[in-house]
Amino acid sequence: MPFVLRLILRNAFRHRLRTTLTMTGIVVAIVAFGLLRTIVDAWYAGVEASASTRLITRNAISLVFSMPLNYEQKLRQVPGVASVAGANWFGGVYITESNFFPQFAIQGANFLDMYPEFRISAEERKAYLVDRQGAIAGRKLADKYGWKIGDQIPIRGTIFPGTWTFTLRAIYDGADAKTDETQFFFHWTFLNETVKARFPRRGDQVGWYVIEIRDPTQAAEISQRIDATFKNSLAETLTETEKAFQLGFVAMTEAILVAIQAVSFVIVLIIMAVMANTMAMTARERYAEYATMKAIGFGNAFVAGLIFAESVGIALAGGAVGIALTFPVANAFGGALATLFPVFFVSEETMLMQVCAATLVGVVAALIPAWRAAHVKIVDGLRAVA
Amino acid sequence: MNAIPLSYIARNLWARKLTTVLTAAGMALVVYVFATVLMLAAGLKETLVSTGQPDNVIMIRRGSQTEVQSGIDRPSAAIVETFPEIATGQDGRKLMSKEPVVLINLPKRETGSPSNVVIRGATPEGLTLRPQVRIVEGRMFRPGTSEIVAGRAISQGFRGAAIGETLRFAQRDWTVVGVFDAGRTGFNSEIWGDAEQLLQAFRRVGFSALVFRLDDPENIDAIKRRIETDPRLQLEAKPEQQFYADQSEALAKFISYLGTTISVIFSIGAIIGAMITMYASVASRTSEIGTLRALGFSRLSILVAFLLESLLLGFVGGAVGLFAASFMQMVPISTTNFQTFSEIAFTFTLTPAIVLASLGFALFMGFVGGFLPAARAARLSIVDALRAA
Repeated sequence: MPFVLRLILRNAFRHRLRTTLTMTGIVVAIVAFGLLRTIVDAWYAGVEASASTRLITRNAISLVFSMPLNYEQKLRQVPGVASVAGANWFGGVYITESNFFPQFAIQGANFLDMYPEFRISAEERKAYLVDRQGAIAGRKLADKYGWKIGDQIPIRGTIFPGTWTFTLRAIYDGADAKTDETQFFFHWTFLNETVKARFPRRGDQVGWYVIEIRDPTQAAEISQRIDATFKNSLAETLTETEKAFQLGFVAMTEAILVAIQAVSFVIVLIIMAVMANTMAMTARERYAEYATMKAIGFGNAFVAGLIFAESVGIALAGGAVGIALTFPVANAFGGALATLFPVFFVSEETMLMQVCAATLVGVVAALIPAWRAAHVKIVDGLRAVA
Repeated sequence: MNAIPLSYIARNLWARKLTTVLTAAGMALVVYVFATVLMLAAGLKETLVSTGQPDNVIMIRRGSQTEVQSGIDRPSAAIVETFPEIATGQDGRKLMSKEPVVLINLPKRETGSPSNVVIRGATPEGLTLRPQVRIVEGRMFRPGTSEIVAGRAISQGFRGAAIGETLRFAQRDWTVVGVFDAGRTGFNSEIWGDAEQLLQAFRRVGFSALVFRLDDPENIDAIKRRIETDPRLQLEAKPEQQFYADQSEALAKFISYLGTTISVIFSIGAIIGAMITMYASVASRTSEIGTLRALGFSRLSILVAFLLESLLLGFVGGAVGLFAASFMQMVPISTTNFQTFSEIAFTFTLTPAIVLASLGFALFMGFVGGFLPAARAARLSIVDALRAA
């Protein structure tokens, strides 16, 4: 057996330049493939982070429309509902438009209780709750702008005009890598009081309600019950699980997502063509050797096996280097586009797919050369000139 | 210098078909991706830029970036209407349209997944200001009724938006009585209804945007100054074309950045493919190269011959990739513009600049992939090369 392995290894490095080039190609392809899969994963980050016990109720027309504040009381009375908290999208600008991060006005301690994945120390939480201009920022966000507890953060409103100044009272850490650490929260009551003073008609409005339910299996029934409560009112509601709500956002940009997914497979195709070319050339040059081996008595399957082993070996070696390189590349990419992809990490599934892709490239590339080598007549093979 | 005939170069590629096809296919795929992405960005830009008319101006609340975020109360709108720089229509009224713009959530016809669609409250002046909007099916909505007309992309892409169907929102059933086509513009992804009816239905008291025509395009600065100096107004004015171009900026940038990065990474793979092929080509023809040199062809001729072979390979790949990409022009694409949070339909657009860029990119890959092997071929000494076989 060691003899066969040595033969394969020697064969693989007979044309050192060619093998190195092919491997480099595979490394690049596997890195690109992994990066694109990670981008797709990042797109779904919000969906992955959603909890099955949370429902979202919003205005049925669209998210642009709000609901009255008194819905909160009615929502609490719906059987199966454990807790309710409202939130608004603030959509402000910090210094310039390019510094985008999501800002939410949230109702009281309820909201924080419903999102245990945002970990805040007890003192900071208390400090936030007692300061009506207080705000909470994610760890990544605070690090990015160098904010410290107690800092004043001015944000210019686009939906709610004027400059709003918040005091950073707490910084939250994510429970795991899936948690978005770039969000910014502040008191809904602060927003509401200010809005009511400046534009009386726009006060007492809530963008959406987060609802915690006791039993996740009852999500569908509770959603229906809630929507039935507000049927034929001025603000009819649409209630869905947090996951469905997040998937709705993903679906909106489906076209781009499909394109990225398609492109991630195109790179595998490209490298398949390159690798197949390499193996075709390699096998063609060795027809005489294969014929000799067959003349000595080795079978067709053995000859084909040699080519397969060489091809898959090169592909997997390239793949291994590629997977190792994916991590630093993904880190750099995620760092550069942190505003677009707050959650960006290479998942185990992606690595598995990279291994599969590398194996597939190796196998497919060897198909035609192996078939040809196995079927070459000894006489023709011995006569062959590369 | 004696040049090696082109037919000799081309027949070398033909002699090893499988290798040539595989290498060219790799390049074709790269060029296909490269061209498609450029076409996408170009299509998006073209759609949003041509949405605006050159002498139209749009006004929204200061600080709000989109029409949907904006809000303009009636007194402010009335003040703006008195500005002398605004053109007057044939009926003696100002050519200004006061429009509410909201988003509604509609399910897509094919997948059922919801997306946000713009509903615009239109006025007779608004139609005059946008001559590109034409009814192609059915008729225009009657003012004062719950009738709406849908843009062609919306009518095809969303449930309940085809002619004769009804949409339910804001406690009313709205009948689609017509489909309009606005060429390749953003209006194709909108639904239009009577402005006053929509304001009532949505319980709004203010408009979202004011659109008007200038009596003289030069007056844009005068208008801007007038708004800034009037303490009663919290508005900002932008030429309509610039307004829509700004709205496509983030998405277009995202598409072209991502696309360029991907193309560059992919091209490394294709260049390596070309290099492998050309090195093999040189290796298997060593004695042939020796013969050519012995016949009197110079080193430079050999270098040029191999480079041309590689460039030809790149050109074939580029042409095939571009040919395949040109078919993408038939594929309509519709996605959410994350700046406006609303649906926008556009097409892949192939421009002469993209054709040139793609072919240039393909030739570049051929050149880079072929240079080192060609240099090796040119450096071979005659005696060693002739002895090789």
